[in-house]
Amino acid sequence: MTAITMPATSGPGEGSGPALSRRIGPLDGLRNTFTLTWRSVLKIRTNMEDVIGLSLQPIMFLLLFTYVFGGAIAHGSTHAYLQYELPGLLVMTVVFATLGTGLMLNQDISSGVFDRFRSLPIARWAPLGGAVLGDMVRYAISVAVTIGFGMILGFRVTTNAASAAAGCLLLLTFALAMCWLSALIGMVMKTPQGVQTFGFLAFFPLVFGSNLLVPTETMPGWLQAFVKVNPMTSLTDAERGLFTGGPTAIPVVHSLLWALGIFIVFAPLAVRVYRRKT
Amino acid sequence: MMDDMRYDATTANAIEAAGLVKRFGKTTALGGVDLVARQASVLGVLGPNGAGKTTAVRILATLLQPDGGQASVCGYDVVRDAHQVRQLIGLTGQYASVDEGLSGTNNLIMIGRLLGVPRAASRARAAELLARFELSDAAGRPVKTYSGGMRRRLDLAASLVGRPRVLYLDEPTTGLDPRSRTDVWGMIRGLVADGVTVLLTTQYLDEADQLAHDIVVIDRGKVIATGTPDELKAKTGGQVLQLSPADPDRLAESAALLGQLVRADVVTDAEASVASASVADAALLPYIVRELDDRGIELAEFTLRKASLDEVFFTLTGHRADDEDYTGEPQEESDR
Repeated sequence: MTAITMPATSGPGEGSGPALSRRIGPLDGLRNTFTLTWRSVLKIRTNMEDVIGLSLQPIMFLLLFTYVFGGAIAHGSTHAYLQYELPGLLVMTVVFATLGTGLMLNQDISSGVFDRFRSLPIARWAPLGGAVLGDMVRYAISVAVTIGFGMILGFRVTTNAASAAAGCLLLLTFALAMCWLSALIGMVMKTPQGVQTFGFLAFFPLVFGSNLLVPTETMPGWLQAFVKVNPMTSLTDAERGLFTGGPTAIPVVHSLLWALGIFIVFAPLAVRVYRRKT
Repeated sequence: MMDDMRYDATTANAIEAAGLVKRFGKTTALGGVDLVARQASVLGVLGPNGAGKTTAVRILATLLQPDGGQASVCGYDVVRDAHQVRQLIGLTGQYASVDEGLSGTNNLIMIGRLLGVPRAASRARAAELLARFELSDAAGRPVKTYSGGMRRRLDLAASLVGRPRVLYLDEPTTGLDPRSRTDVWGMIRGLVADGVTVLLTTQYLDEADQLAHDIVVIDRGKVIATGTPDELKAKTGGQVLQLSPADPDRLAESAALLGQLVRADVVTDAEASVASASVADAALLPYIVRELDDRGIELAEFTLRKASLDEVFFTLTGHRADDEDYTGEPQEESDR
């Protein structure tokens, strides 16, 4: 292993030259990534505003959509609508949470934190990898809050625990892909406000132009065409199947393929912009 | 192979740059900059906003690749051997920053861990540095609650975690109150005494005067003067005559007369009612007093002193170092 030698006891003024490593081994790169993941997780813990936002947003969505729209959409039965919408709200919450990845990267770049990282002898991709991995914790929090609060309101998993766990796993996998799109936006935009504005412009039609909250059949034909190819629709179908029953195989495969596709397109793009920009 | 080229700390220059060129689109931020920093000395890089100082530091810190020329740190090329250079340097300043969301302790532990220092040793080093920079009381608080001076000190501490041999300080005291500024100066002197080479960019000429062994003056991406502070002061004729008329209304008249007599540019400060000009020949002084007296201009002040770096800068560039209206180059932020 090409360890970076920084003797803990010797001062800088000694006569002989320093022993320097010539490159970073993959193991060091991985260790750098984990250190920076620790940083991201620590930041979530110390930033109460972020934690409150992450928890309150799904609660707000659940309350608003269940009780404002529920009666109208499900002909008076808010419980029936809760069973219908919760898998969709899981998708929405996680997709919106990925915006945080772009926001944090943007802040790190504009505040100069990334410049410090880049002046250190660490793997070039570690800051990006650490940010993405650390955000998985944020996504997990929003999924847990959505399901937990949903159950308080009366949501019930009608399949089984293993199936629900698979649903959560699928959500996180999808988020891991989506956050690269967010990372790309975060690095291209000049300010956090830009990330927010552009991120919402990109994510809103994607999230709401799907069967996440209402059945596709209620929409005009031209919109149905979009909704049917929207990856959010596949993911929502998969989550409904895994949480409340129904066909799962095809939507799960479609969602995974979409996740893979999004990852293959946006991860290299984000890495390229990152290398050019920083 | 690279180890054979290991640099000899006793003789070599810590930083060497030759002909550095950097362009951003059509603008040339650096138009061929040479500079050298001797081992365990402070090199002051002076220049107004946008002169190219930050661009030069970013190249020397491997954050930016030059379009031309080359630079090395302790014998390692900043482009080819960037990884080695990163093991030697520390970077502090307006851009390389600490993480606002983390506590002071965790910021320093993070850097220690990234440098491959074990957890316990990182924690010990963090505590040691926090104590040294008088931040122990605030160690557990998030950095966003720190004052400007505390943040600067933490920033400096963060750049010292890896015990760098070469430290870049990019305007380390900009925005600090005089007391914190003196503190930072003391820390820099201590580091140099320990053998660290410091490259300091600053807009404050008294800062360079206080700290730097050598000075490079950069303006519009070019080096326009180099030397020790004393050498630079000597370049302007050495002495400056400063006078202040008792009646502030007669400042312009006094300044015009002074200019005629010493045949040099006169700097006037209307607020302080002071006119000054460099004087090559001290024999002129009695003559100047007589001429002023003949016109009935009473003097409140009439002094001869060594030129300040401010005046050196004015003589070299034709504009003041702190001239806010001056825009020779676009702000470097837009180029990042």
